[in-house]
Amino acid sequence: MLFSVFMLALRSVRRNMLRSFLTILGIVIGVSAVITMVTLGNGATQAIETQITSLGTNLLLVMPGQRGPGGPGAGSGGVPQFTESDAEAIASQIGGVAAVAPQGRASVHVVANGRNWLTTVTGSTNAWFTTGNWKLAAGRMFDPDEQAAGSAVCIIGETVRRELYGGTTGVTGLGEQLRVKQFSCEVVGILSSKGQGGMGDQDDTVVLPLYTLQRRVTGSRKVGMLSVSMEEGADSAPLKASLRQLMRERRNLSEEDDDNFNVFDTQQLAETLSGTMGVLTSLLGAVAAVSLLVGGIGIMNIMLVSVTERTREIGLRLAIGALEGEVMLQFLIEAVVLSALGGIVGVLLATGASYWLSGLMEVPYRFDPSINLLALLFSAAIGVVFGYFPARRAARLDPIEALRHE
Amino acid sequence: MTAPLIQLRGISRRYGSGAAELMALDGIDLDIGAGEFVAIMGPSGSGKSTAMNILGCLDTPTAGQYLFKGAHVEALTRDQRARLRRRYLGFVFQGFNLLARTSAQENVELPLLYRGDGAAVRSAAATKALQAVGLGGWEDHTPGELSGGQQQRVAIARAIVTTPAVVLADEPTGNLDTQRSHEIMGLLMELNSAHGITVLMVTHEPDMAAYARRMVHFVDGRIARDEVNPHPVVAAPRAAAAVETT
Ligand SMILES: Nc1ncnc2c1ncn2[C@@H]1O[C@H](COP(=O)(O)OP(=O)(O)O)[C@@H](O)[C@H]1O
Ligand SMILES: [Mg+2]
Repeated sequence: MLFSVFMLALRSVRRNMLRSFLTILGIVIGVSAVITMVTLGNGATQAIETQITSLGTNLLLVMPGQRGPGGPGAGSGGVPQFTESDAEAIASQIGGVAAVAPQGRASVHVVANGRNWLTTVTGSTNAWFTTGNWKLAAGRMFDPDEQAAGSAVCIIGETVRRELYGGTTGVTGLGEQLRVKQFSCEVVGILSSKGQGGMGDQDDTVVLPLYTLQRRVTGSRKVGMLSVSMEEGADSAPLKASLRQLMRERRNLSEEDDDNFNVFDTQQLAETLSGTMGVLTSLLGAVAAVSLLVGGIGIMNIMLVSVTERTREIGLRLAIGALEGEVMLQFLIEAVVLSALGGIVGVLLATGASYWLSGLMEVPYRFDPSINLLALLFSAAIGVVFGYFPARRAARLDPIEALRHE
Repeated sequence: MTAPLIQLRGISRRYGSGAAELMALDGIDLDIGAGEFVAIMGPSGSGKSTAMNILGCLDTPTAGQYLFKGAHVEALTRDQRARLRRRYLGFVFQGFNLLARTSAQENVELPLLYRGDGAAVRSAAATKALQAVGLGGWEDHTPGELSGGQQQRVAIARAIVTTPAVVLADEPTGNLDTQRSHEIMGLLMELNSAHGITVLMVTHEPDMAAYARRMVHFVDGRIARDEVNPHPVVAAPRAAAAVETT
């Protein structure tokens, strides 16, 4: 019986192809919008997580700055920077610290091979390789005496190597000269690529010994940032607290002074960011879900029209012995078949759209079975909910009246 | 002697209330035995259709008792009456009421679907019923491709496919010309005489009523006359069917 009723419903859907298509359009759009939004949102979240992880895990970033109305990091102007001794103090006085890298940065044009490239130049110690999670593809790190003397040596990122020295792979550039501002340095190492990502190209960088940067590029002994990597399994909360205490002492802050530096925890940053992305994704999904409801109302509308149009047919079915429940079931199944059909088309559309859009947005595409299943079930449920009222109206018709209906 | 198939006792059907109150049926007593062929006649508005709706268990009387095979129909629920209809009753309507854009075969199978019969059983029974009304070979035609007479024959096939005890036909020839009307009457007569199906038919055409073996005349919601037809018409339905299909 159920199967026959199902076949009846299918036949009626097929009999009105154009109308059925228009009816399910709302559901198709709703389902594909929800799935696309959630898939893209998940992709973006994943991209951000990957980026932050590639910064280095268990990493604390200490930057000068006032806690102001603009939130942490706002207004670093006028606030004292750090010194190398700050880094040494952190490394020696705080337990659970694996490495501390004092860092300076500048945006500079570099020249080699007659080619010119604007890049970020970082000056730091060899600890930077640990805190930044960097590996060398070729060459070596800095010698202690190169660091002490501020020698003209540098290590370049993959992007800089490719842009200046060419060649798809390998070690072109190693041993060559690179002009940074007014001086020339020898390329002693090449960084392994971290790849492209939403936070900019991390491979677009040149690393100098800290003193070299200070002496020849910025002309100041100040340090703009400290990156502190914690030992594996270290508890970040107490470590951050003692780090903050130490820095307050070293920067001579009294009890009532606010911090004039900020400590960022990449782990926490990742969690905060992906939390925010999650909220955004659900919000977008919810907005899209509203269109699903609108689609459901469209189905109810058409089903009501269909019940009115088929009043005589319903009267006949009742007269020849259809039970109330059977007529109800037929119309309910018709509504569910329509909405589930919309769901299936929607899923197909969403798969294409989110694959294409994630390529466009450069976020990873991952097929999420749970949201697809959910959207399908939800669209079928919409058929039940919005088909119920028209179906009940059909089932409760008086057969005599219905048969007389024009 | 066993009780008659159908017993109406003091059946009344009132429509509306107050000033708009109307007694469509006013205390009807009627017994119909199994195997009878009854024509219900009377002027328009005399309550014929109202009586047929009650006899067909589509409607319930406002007063009185209706016993079908000894069961009190007036006390049954909506679904119980539906089960009774699909088990024992077949309907033929003035307007045919076939499903549009649906083949004759599927139209005839419809009542079997609600009885829960399997596809093979349905198909065989429908083919047989269509053959019985002279429409063998027309199974795949939709109502739009059939003449009025053929459509009514499909409707009769649909009414008899469940091998009902009673076929109720309210003005089955009302939409047909004389020639087709006689063919349909021939079919109903054959159902009655050859298969023993009780036939209750409303008509206001004496020519059609002449096929019945009993005539009940309604006037103003009451039975004015109930008589036996001493000489019912005996036609050759096969010959008539052949005329139409050519
Ligand atoms: N649903 C209804 N509501 C109100 N009055 C009705 C209804 N059905 C029939 N009637 C009235 O009942 C009377 C009998 O109608 P009906 O049985 O259809 O007559 P017939 O079939 O003999 O022409 C008529 O006066 C008709 O107007
Ligand atoms: Mg009538």
